[in-house]
Amino acid sequence: MAISWEAIKEGDIIPELKKCPGVTQLVKYAAGSGDFNPLHHDYNFFQSKAIGTIIVHGRFKYATIGECVSNWLGHAGRIQKISCQYRGMDFPDQEFTCKGAVARKYEENGQKLAELSVWTENAEGKNTTPGLVVVQF
Amino acid sequence: MAENFQISKEMQAVIGWESSPWDCEVTATSVRAFARGVGYTDLVYYDVETAKKAGYRNLPAPPTYLGTPIFIPGKSDDYLPFPPDSMPPLEHGLTGLLDGGTETEYFETICAGDTLTCVNKLASLNTKESKGLGTMLIMSTEATYTNQDGKVAAIQRAQVILY
Repeated sequence: MAISWEAIKEGDIIPELKKCPGVTQLVKYAAGSGDFNPLHHDYNFFQSKAIGTIIVHGRFKYATIGECVSNWLGHAGRIQKISCQYRGMDFPDQEFTCKGAVARKYEENGQKLAELSVWTENAEGKNTTPGLVVVQF
Repeated sequence: MAENFQISKEMQAVIGWESSPWDCEVTATSVRAFARGVGYTDLVYYDVETAKKAGYRNLPAPPTYLGTPIFIPGKSDDYLPFPPDSMPPLEHGLTGLLDGGTETEYFETICAGDTLTCVNKLASLNTKESKGLGTMLIMSTEATYTNQDGKVAAIQRAQVILY
């Protein structure tokens, strides 16, 4: 059953989404987003060498937050605002998990809205990408 | 890295600067490529019939996707998904660059078939102290995406960290 604004409540946890992107997945994301910064696919790039590895695009994690909320929403509403901050690096072939919860349910200008607190957590449980999503039903 | 970096009057004067516009295409292939790149399994982002049954006029752009800039060799950036002249002309002398954060606000549904015209603006400049990176310059930009009907479809606010 599709979710509805009436049925959700503050504190509801949304289903988590796990990812473990390998280099091939990051290359697919580079092609899909147009972000070909070599730091995300080329181990010989100077910045990759300095860090010791390539790193996952911050915006891949941003997009994962979008996917996690989109899966939960099931097209029963639309995302009005989606934001996140990049607080820590994630690396290829390491699992991270996108999590979220309904932080606030409210009405404004006749619109039925929900604010979600969302974030990605690395394998050590560290929140590397805190974010916020506003959904309009 | 800069120990005593300060925002100069010349840099302050650039706040409010706006870029030349550039076009981003949202096509069925680009929506599918983005959805595949993220890892979506929801058919709404791949199959037009499924998208229409869900109430969309065509494949919808997944959250955080705002189309792909038209690539022209020699004019477009070879690595990044925006033109070289889309960033404000700041002479800060800093070489390190990090993505600080992104916020996208949507006003219209974006679907395959749309063309969005983007103008980037320098919204503000701030400094922040970092133990490891010294004084960092935080550049906040605001990119407005207007669709083919002249409606503002989305505004994307970003923080770029320079050190």
